[in-house]
Amino acid sequence: MSSSDIYRELILDYYRNPRNFGKLDPHDIESRDSNPLCGDEVEIQVKVSPDNKIEDIRFHGKGCAISQASASMLTELAKGKPLEWVKELSKEDILKMLGTSDLGPARIKCALLSMKVLKTGVYGYLGASLEDSDR
Amino acid sequence: MRSQSLDAEGVKADFPILKKKVHGKRLVYLDNAATTQKPRSVVDAVSGYYTKHNANPHRGVHQLSIEATEVFDESRRKVMRFINAARFEEVVFTSGATDSLNLVRYGWGSKHIKGDDLIVLTIMEHHSNIVPWQLLAAEKGARIEFVGITKEGELDEGRFEELMAESPALVAFTHCSNVLGTINDAKKLCSSAKRAGATTVVDAAQSVPHMKTDVQDIDCDFLAFSGHKMLAPMGIGIVYGRREKLAEAQPYRSGGDMIKEVHTSGATWNDLPYKFEAGTQNVEGAVGLGAAIDYLEALGMDRVRQHEEDLLDYALQKLEGAPGITVYGPKRPSDGAGVISFNLGDIHPHDIASILDEEGVAVRSGHHCAQPLIEELGITAATRASFYVYNSREDVDELMNALAKARRIFCI
Repeated sequence: MSSSDIYRELILDYYRNPRNFGKLDPHDIESRDSNPLCGDEVEIQVKVSPDNKIEDIRFHGKGCAISQASASMLTELAKGKPLEWVKELSKEDILKMLGTSDLGPARIKCALLSMKVLKTGVYGYLGASLEDSDR
Repeated sequence: MRSQSLDAEGVKADFPILKKKVHGKRLVYLDNAATTQKPRSVVDAVSGYYTKHNANPHRGVHQLSIEATEVFDESRRKVMRFINAARFEEVVFTSGATDSLNLVRYGWGSKHIKGDDLIVLTIMEHHSNIVPWQLLAAEKGARIEFVGITKEGELDEGRFEELMAESPALVAFTHCSNVLGTINDAKKLCSSAKRAGATTVVDAAQSVPHMKTDVQDIDCDFLAFSGHKMLAPMGIGIVYGRREKLAEAQPYRSGGDMIKEVHTSGATWNDLPYKFEAGTQNVEGAVGLGAAIDYLEALGMDRVRQHEEDLLDYALQKLEGAPGITVYGPKRPSDGAGVISFNLGDIHPHDIASILDEEGVAVRSGHHCAQPLIEELGITAATRASFYVYNSREDVDELMNALAKARRIFCI
């Protein structure tokens, strides 16, 4: 699939009208990263339920349509899922979510930025939790 | 004068890669400020070096080593003529403009810049003419001031003169902005800086390939450029240095060929320019650069400049007439080089570049290694189209068609 095929109604709709856009207070997880090539930025905040599920999630940021639509779609997909689910997320899951099979090396980083941000946040949180229970 | 103008289609035929199809479309290469394509004559010169002359120059007494030395020196003489350097020893081969600027930073800067010295840069610099000076300033405790731009995208010359009153030790500026295309009056800036007692460094990566450049007329101390932005191979570049300045600089890299004598007690340096050329040099790159200069001189640098002005004029008219386009930088073709940065509505430049790529149109998108300038413009990124000798009005038309597609997709 060519890269511009990605610019379909679905992606552009999420880009124009992002779901779960904004900030979440209070939150248990906060994570942000940027893509130096594009300057894409994504920050994700998560409220974790007592049974370690994603109770609520918001993102904000700026960047290209692929990075921002991907972030929005990921928050929808992640809501209600256990934190362990985030650890299992893969590139293939994100491409499937975007409805494409390949994006090419130049743009794949845009699509994967939000997954990286969410994983970093969740890993940090789980690490912190583990330390708490060790005490 | 039309008969004198450059025949872009004829030129295009000299560049094998331009026959390539991209995504089934004719390649429209508009990323020349990043790197340029190579004519057959340059490719052949590099290949010819290896099939006819290859050996280590300056080393052997055998025939091939002598030939390699000759072709290497011949390329240096071509560069010397091309930029009108007064002396052979003022032309130093480097790996590119970045390496050239680092040579000035380590070779001259580390020795001569002191704590509390002032270094003046402009906001339109490429990162390669910012970061070396930031590192030098941090090392020495020196101070950096940036000269801003006017809303027309020209250098704020009033501010430049104010800073000259503070007696800077070093003034480094771009001859031509890689984002705005703004051409700075290098001669005037160097004259002011010289009066203020500063050493001057001109980043000419975007000017030497596109316009007649005369280092004696500009009267700069150092001038840096890359081969790959002027039809030559990657990995070869030049730093021109006024003889006195090169003489007072220390070697930047050390090792073989840059020495006169080495003893267990120490070493003495080779003569200029070899003092700065440690190790086996990129002779194929130098030969390629020589062939690129031959090609450009055959076209004529005045015609190259005229051609780009014509294209810029045409592209500015088309872009400014198109809905949703914001162009950054000078709006008069005579004030700018063949570089146009723009945005289309609120579409991210990477989305635009992806859609253009599908149409075979290669442009650059992002911050163009000039983040301070992008911030100054109040944007996060821009799309850039940049022209060279093989581009034609048809290429601009293809760009406009592809932009129309982006506009349709994003409903602008």
